Amino acid sequence: MPEEASANPFLEEVIAFPGGERLKSCIQCGTCGGSCPSGFAMDHTPRELFAMILAGMREEVLKSNTFWFCVSCYYCTVRCPQEIPITDIMYRLKRLAIQAGYYTASITGFSETFVGQVETYGRSFELGLATGHYLRHHPIQSIRMSPLMLSMVTRGRMSFTPKRIQGIRQLRAILRRAKELGGAW
Amino acid sequence: MRRYAYYPGCSLERNAAAYDESFRAVAQVLGVELVEIDDWNCCGATEYFSLELLPAYALVARNLALIPPDLDQVVAPCSACYYNMYKTDKNMALYPELARAVNEALAAGHLHYEPGRVRSRHALEVMVEDFTPEEIAAHVRKPLRGLRLAAYYGCVTVRPAGHDDPEYPTRMEQLLQALGATVVDYTLRANCCGGHMTQLDADTAYGMIYYLLSNAARLEVDALVVACPMCQLNLDAYQGQVNSYFGSDFRIPILYFTQMMGLAFGIEPERLGFGQEIVSAERVLEKWRNPPPEEEPVERRPRREKTGLPMPEPLVAGRG
Ligand code: SF4
Ligand code: SF4
Ligand code: SF4
Ligand code: SF4
Repeated sequence: MPEEASANPFLEEVIAFPGGERLKSCIQCGTCGGSCPSGFAMDHTPRELFAMILAGMREEVLKSNTFWFCVSCYYCTVRCPQEIPITDIMYRLKRLAIQAGYYTASITGFSETFVGQVETYGRSFELGLATGHYLRHHPIQSIRMSPLMLSMVTRGRMSFTPKRIQGIRQLRAILRRAKELGGAW
Repeated sequence: MRRYAYYPGCSLERNAAAYDESFRAVAQVLGVELVEIDDWNCCGATEYFSLELLPAYALVARNLALIPPDLDQVVAPCSACYYNMYKTDKNMALYPELARAVNEALAAGHLHYEPGRVRSRHALEVMVEDFTPEEIAAHVRKPLRGLRLAAYYGCVTVRPAGHDDPEYPTRMEQLLQALGATVVDYTLRANCCGGHMTQLDADTAYGMIYYLLSNAARLEVDALVVACPMCQLNLDAYQGQVNSYFGSDFRIPILYFTQMMGLAFGIEPERLGFGQEIVSAERVLEKWRNPPPEEEPVERRPRREKTGLPMPEPLVAGRG
């Protein structure tokens, strides 16, 4: 769609995914913000953020920490009277913020290490990964973490080398094609 | 015999091996055959959806496509895995353009998935939906008498897909009751534990975990029973961190519902992954081995006379 065709190009950008259209029907009731378990850590509640999107405040929205604190609990989604897929909008905003370069490495680092591991091995080790991520981004905290890591190791709950799946080439080919197709998804 | 495709997911390979072992053990008792998907890949948790949408769907769809054609249901014990499969299947069915794009990606690996072919189900859903509490009770050899338990569902186990009430689910409670346990009314049962928040912002994550633990402690439970490896990890492995952060002294064992089923079915704790938990479950096992004597049923006087007050005669005969 040509940019000038829409009064609010940012809104169009946000809702460009299956089901996203419903955001236009937000009635600002605040049910989402009131339901959000991590709302206290967000600089704008979900409701506020949606008002900002509807007002076209692209930069303020993409620079906010709201969606990074979304833990995908789906409370807002099941409670929203307008059936807006709020959790999916939060995912969408994360992707847009990354594309726009508005994020801090320590926040996306976790997602990226995770994804890197999946693409290399086809499997992930959430804890082995946590160590790698922590060492890279929170050297101080990882010292505080170490008793935890130690007890996980002694109980056999932690591994350091992910298992590689047999079809790793097939998986990579699929992911490569998916990335090429990209599109509005 | 019931047959399901089985998607263990990465957590169950190592960190949550106790969940895998206990699930397989109770499935065997119930005559359930679990056919593990051959060469499955990680479903991407929630992280993939934060980065790229189509690869996220394609990743999950590969697993669905690998399910043998004679199976039409897949069961996953991890709530995130379960919901990823459910969501991929549902959205592919709902949005044909998405299905087309996903299948175009899958074709690069000579695979194809027809939306709607396989029904994705959570391990808990299978246990509470495909078996009645009576059927479960019929397998109980060593009831969980005297154990005070709280059921904790977490989020995506029941939300948004909903095989139980998304706000106030009750079926895990029914299951635990069928096992002979005393179940408390844990109102935070469907609240969120924070998921991967421990990796992003520890202070926020600890606050969320503290909230759940302090409430359970107030109810004086012997254990908090979970249905998701991520919930287990957050509440169990981080309990010590939370204690030192808030100066609390929680020592609440966090156990999988399948471990509780296994104990009640009389399976040895070693076969159910006991001992892998960070907060020791020894006290739970102690009570299980030496249950309190069965209470005499208290004879209760009927509260009022069987015959009620006289009801007025109907004005017109034959109509009430
Ligand atoms: S709950 Fe739905 S309608 Fe209400 S403010 Fe949030 S998004 Fe808007
Ligand atoms: S899904 Fe995200 S935004 Fe919605 S209530 Fe949960 S944490 Fe908040
Ligand atoms: S959601 Fe977690 S456990 Fe499930 S496959 Fe993905 S990484 Fe593994
Ligand atoms: S309770 Fe925690 S682990 Fe379970 S689904 Fe919610 S965020 Fe994920």
